Amino acid sequence: MSLRSPLGRVLGLGSAKDGTSHWWGQRVSAVALLLLGIWFAGMLATMSGFSYAEAAAFIARPVNSILLLLLTVSMAYHSYLGVQVVIEDYVHAPGIKVVSLLLTRFVHTLLAVAALYAILKIGLGA
Amino acid sequence: MAEFRLPPNSRIKKGRHFDAANGAANVRRFAVYRYDADSGENPRIDTYVVDIDSCGPMVLDALIKIKNEIDPTLTFRRSCREGICGSCAMNIDGGNTLACTRSIDGIKGDVKIYPLPHMPVVKDLVPDLTNFYAQYASIKPWLQSRTPPPPDQERLQSKEDQELINEPAACILCACCSTSCPSYWWNSDRYLGPAALLAAYRWLVDSRDDATGERLDELEDPFRLYRCHTIMNCTQSCPKDLNPARAIAETKKMLVERRY
Repeated sequence: MSLRSPLGRVLGLGSAKDGTSHWWGQRVSAVALLLLGIWFAGMLATMSGFSYAEAAAFIARPVNSILLLLLTVSMAYHSYLGVQVVIEDYVHAPGIKVVSLLLTRFVHTLLAVAALYAILKIGLGA
Repeated sequence: MAEFRLPPNSRIKKGRHFDAANGAANVRRFAVYRYDADSGENPRIDTYVVDIDSCGPMVLDALIKIKNEIDPTLTFRRSCREGICGSCAMNIDGGNTLACTRSIDGIKGDVKIYPLPHMPVVKDLVPDLTNFYAQYASIKPWLQSRTPPPPDQERLQSKEDQELINEPAACILCACCSTSCPSYWWNSDRYLGPAALLAAYRWLVDSRDDATGERLDELEDPFRLYRCHTIMNCTQSCPKDLNPARAIAETKKMLVERRY
């Protein structure tokens, strides 16, 4: 129980003066994903029926490698921003909240770096 | 963590049944949420059978008839009975609206009446709106100008400028929008909600106000503004046909615009 005024509670710790870059980043990465996603669907269609060697050679083409790297970065970034919002929406216990925010950051970074490593390994000739 | 069930003392039990039709031909059943903190009992749903031929056309008419003729313990807020005071906002037939402008005819089956969702209940259909009003106060809903007023007249506005604030200024603060917003349900302690954000927008676009930048500074916050996920329940529920969702979107656009 607190006797703090309702207005004092609403004003709380004040404005974070932030959030716009997060919101804008989500929109920018969405547009990037839309364009890269269309390209990626076409790429998958082209690759259907390829052998392993053919697929590796196709991915190793500079244009394909570069666009795959961009797709990975956009996807990981967009997904991270989205999962962060979900956690902020629903998780309110302070401890679990901080741990979930850290975990989602780490997991997204790990997945992104692993995917980038795989693409680079194929692209730069394994 | 998110809670998936109501706390044990908030779960709704079956209530009493009042048949006041006395064999009337034209009747409707009203299922009304009842809660009395003093009794220590759980909330319940009481049902009232009302003779519609001796009742006005709106849901509020039926509530007043029930209170006057059947059960004087039923508690609800009402004042103007013509959709301008915003007192009788409640959840009727699954949607937030004003009881005084919602016609009984337009509802199929039992008329289900609950208080505004996800708010602390004071009694029956009366929610505690303290936090909601504090949020409205927090956006400084008054003119802030550094320009001295003309000595001999009002601060003038062009017709076009006035039209910008026409719609957002028509808000009656009934809280239908904010309490229909899931984001507001989960985070009303930090998210300002559509009503307060619509009020903030009304001052952002006021041509006489010089505090646009400071107002945007105060709104630019991951919770205060950006908890809006464009669900648009606010616009759908507004009994005055206003568009808080658009006002919030315009505010987000202003915040991007001042960066680039």
